[in-house]
Amino acid sequence: MNKNLHFEDIKEGMEIPAIKKNPTTQQLVKYAGASGDFYQIHYDMEYAKNNGLPGVILHGALKNAFLGQLITDWIGTSGKLKMLEVQYKGMDLPGTPVYAKGIVSKIIDENNIDCDLWLETESGDKTTIGKATIQLPKN
Amino acid sequence: MSDSNTIPKSLIDAIGTESEQLSNDIEKGAIRRFAEAIEDNNPTYLNEEYAKSLGYRNVIAPPTFLRSVKTAPLPDHIQSPYSAVVDGGSVWEYFNPVCAGDKIFTITKFEKVFDRDGRLGNMIFLIKTTSYTNQLSELVATQTTTSITYEPKKEK
Repeated sequence: MNKNLHFEDIKEGMEIPAIKKNPTTQQLVKYAGASGDFYQIHYDMEYAKNNGLPGVILHGALKNAFLGQLITDWIGTSGKLKMLEVQYKGMDLPGTPVYAKGIVSKIIDENNIDCDLWLETESGDKTTIGKATIQLPKN
Repeated sequence: MSDSNTIPKSLIDAIGTESEQLSNDIEKGAIRRFAEAIEDNNPTYLNEEYAKSLGYRNVIAPPTFLRSVKTAPLPDHIQSPYSAVVDGGSVWEYFNPVCAGDKIFTITKFEKVFDRDGRLGNMIFLIKTTSYTNQLSELVATQTTTSITYEPKKEK
């Protein structure tokens, strides 16, 4: 956490250090409580199946949080997250680990650094894609 | 695009409608519980002394914490005819940090509606933007969300 990223540390195409998340049904219940999102497809198996889903699924906003952490862990305390975009391409199920990954896609200047982000399962499915714009201090 | 007879005219007419403003107290414990739920142990969210040493008023909230802050509903008529809903994604823009002890005022605006045929049958997309402003009248963030609604089908 103490290592702070600087503008000079990055270049286009570089990988953002991946983080691994191990979502469980318990985490979905904790997230429901902490976020106030009590939609039953995230904790009631029968309700989820009656809505055409294979089972309870991760909250989209929880996956959004994983992509947020990917960036904040990487940039440390002096960089700034300016924009975070997320799109859900597939469902993620509790019990299936996901990796948050990303690359630096475009550097305009130190205040406008664009990144492509995604969540990937161990079988290589990209279930969530996103983008971020960050700002970094110069050395 | 399918024929868009599935979108009620009342929905199209409601574009631009805003919710009432709601006030939210940002509690330190709520930030901690949120950070625990997303399993992010960043000390900026958990350790007040550490956060203050970085110049913040108190611990700050993780980027997506504002999702837990209450927003007033849009008027009842701004509703899809389909009862099932999935979260189609969002765009956050961040301008200022959210700190424990802050008051955050929210207003949601109905921006756009369109429909499309897909995996879940005909789907109606509702686009809304929520703005978050603090007690210093600073805009702290906006979030634009896409809700995908569809007709639920029972499994046989």
